[in-house]
Amino acid sequence: MTSRWRHWLEERLPGLTRMIRRHVTAYYAPKNFNLWYYFGSLALLVLLNQLVTGSFLAMNYKPGIATAFDSVQYIMRDVNWGWLIRTMHTTGASLLFVIIFLHTFRSIMYGSFKKPRELVWLLGMLLFVVVMAEAFTGYVLPWGTMSFWATRVVVALFATIPVIGPHLAEWIMGGSLPADATLNRFFALHVIMLPLLLLFLVVLHLTALHEVGSNNPDGVEIRCGPKGNRWGKHYPADGIPFHPYYTLKDLVGVGVFLLVAAYIVFFAPSFDGWFLERNNAVMADPLLTPAHIRPVWYFSAFYAMVRMMPSFAGTAVWGPIAMSGSIALLFALPWIDVGPVKSIRYRGTGYKVALGIFVLAFVGLMLIGSNLTDVLFPWLFGANINLTKWTMIFGRTMMLAYFGFFVFLGLYTHLGWEKTRPVPERVRARG
Amino acid sequence: MDEYINRGRRRFLTVTTSAVGGVGIIATTVPFFQSWLPSASARATEAPVTQSLKKIEPGQQLITTWRNLPIFIVNRTPKQLAALPGQNPRLVDPDSKNTSAHQQPAYAQNGTRSIKPQWLILIGLCTHVNCVPTYKGQMKPEPFDPAWQGGYYCPCHRSRYDLAGRVYKDVPAPKNMQVPPYHFVDDTTVQIGVGPKDKA
Repeated sequence: MTSRWRHWLEERLPGLTRMIRRHVTAYYAPKNFNLWYYFGSLALLVLLNQLVTGSFLAMNYKPGIATAFDSVQYIMRDVNWGWLIRTMHTTGASLLFVIIFLHTFRSIMYGSFKKPRELVWLLGMLLFVVVMAEAFTGYVLPWGTMSFWATRVVVALFATIPVIGPHLAEWIMGGSLPADATLNRFFALHVIMLPLLLLFLVVLHLTALHEVGSNNPDGVEIRCGPKGNRWGKHYPADGIPFHPYYTLKDLVGVGVFLLVAAYIVFFAPSFDGWFLERNNAVMADPLLTPAHIRPVWYFSAFYAMVRMMPSFAGTAVWGPIAMSGSIALLFALPWIDVGPVKSIRYRGTGYKVALGIFVLAFVGLMLIGSNLTDVLFPWLFGANINLTKWTMIFGRTMMLAYFGFFVFLGLYTHLGWEKTRPVPERVRARG
Repeated sequence: MDEYINRGRRRFLTVTTSAVGGVGIIATTVPFFQSWLPSASARATEAPVTQSLKKIEPGQQLITTWRNLPIFIVNRTPKQLAALPGQNPRLVDPDSKNTSAHQQPAYAQNGTRSIKPQWLILIGLCTHVNCVPTYKGQMKPEPFDPAWQGGYYCPCHRSRYDLAGRVYKDVPAPKNMQVPPYHFVDDTTVQIGVGPKDKA
């Protein structure tokens, strides 16, 4: 019976079975994946969650500065299960960033960005940028005070560009301030253009990955190793089919993840003001900047860089340059870190120390960007500390560490300073 | 198979059709890009506004809007005005020498950055990333400055300005706050958006 249907479908759509085989049932992934390999499939799961919950939110959301704020309140209070759908969407947004940060860190740590996976990495970084744009445009939609001021601050980043900046800012907003035109175009970007782009990039990211095959914690190319496993003599000996092996493994990850996500959705939907900010429960007022302004947590490290850069030569463009540079350098990582050994397991001590400092610098910048240092420093060093001065010193040190990582890595690998350990011939059975 | 193929003509046609098609595609994007420019109704909000000064007490600030931008109007007290010259060493541009990007009209390029010393009129936007700075008019020690002589404090990135909108050193903001074009219609009425010479 099933085979008859299959046959019918096969005749009319011959590529379908081939595609499923190529990407799922006969995609041979290294057998030594560890915990770090959950985040790719989890990102896909959250993306699906965002698409479904987002579609249902759009059914009740009314763009426009007169209606947006009230329609979000309407969703939260009056629409049946509206609170759940919106909280799933907002929690999903924050958790997607947690996942993406870990997923990206995994790729840096195991050298998954290196040849032959440069394109997978570039598409991944592009996805990161589009997700950031998606998060930002979505953040504006409820039209609370933070929505308004976030728009002002982000548009002002563009306005700092000499000569064309002010025109660019006006073009983005469709006026001299964020208003109806701005909100409506951000809505269109958020629900149509950016999601389409996102899906397209996801398809490319996965296609490019499956073309070269997955990396693994040992950084050994299983396709270059011996051939032949129990599914066929041409398949890599250290590969196992993605389905059912990794689909089932990933399901365990999904279970744990959903447990955490459900806890947040039901018991801590605002996550103490980190996922949903209190100031954004107040409607936007162009004449009133909230007293304590901070970006949403996933942008805080990048925002800190803007805050730490002084203005000089009569322009504030240096902050935005540092911020975009911090991401541009990640794009260039495959050509900065040219060390032949992929995985951190077999790399030099210098690399391990540098990567550790890089992570600490990123966390340090996050603390500054989210104003946590205002609490942390007086607690650590006494209430009399000169907060402005020490935040500046700490922040600039962290920035030096962040950018220093790339400089160090470039010199370390290009000049051959790295002392690596021998890489095994085949992946190790136990990671 | 051995039919004659004019490769030169084929290449010429390929290149020319691609070029013309490419130009067409680029031209088609222009309306889409321009649809993001301010619409006619957004432009219409840019007319000058008139504001009475009668109810602003000494030391008090009133915020109005012009072109949807916040406009600060402060009735500066003699004491506040007397403190202005003393701030000069701590300021980036105490004498308003920066005349680029509409920093201030020529008639406000003086020690008080105003037509009449008493009345401060500013576009209430921090020159860093355009937040609205908070008016801290009282001359008392503040957490961010123990020797505070009144002025503005930006909650976004902690830039500080004195009571003439002049930016302090060592803050993220690069420039003084802008002074819009304005003129006095009579002693207690100001019109923002039109300078003294431009008025009809």
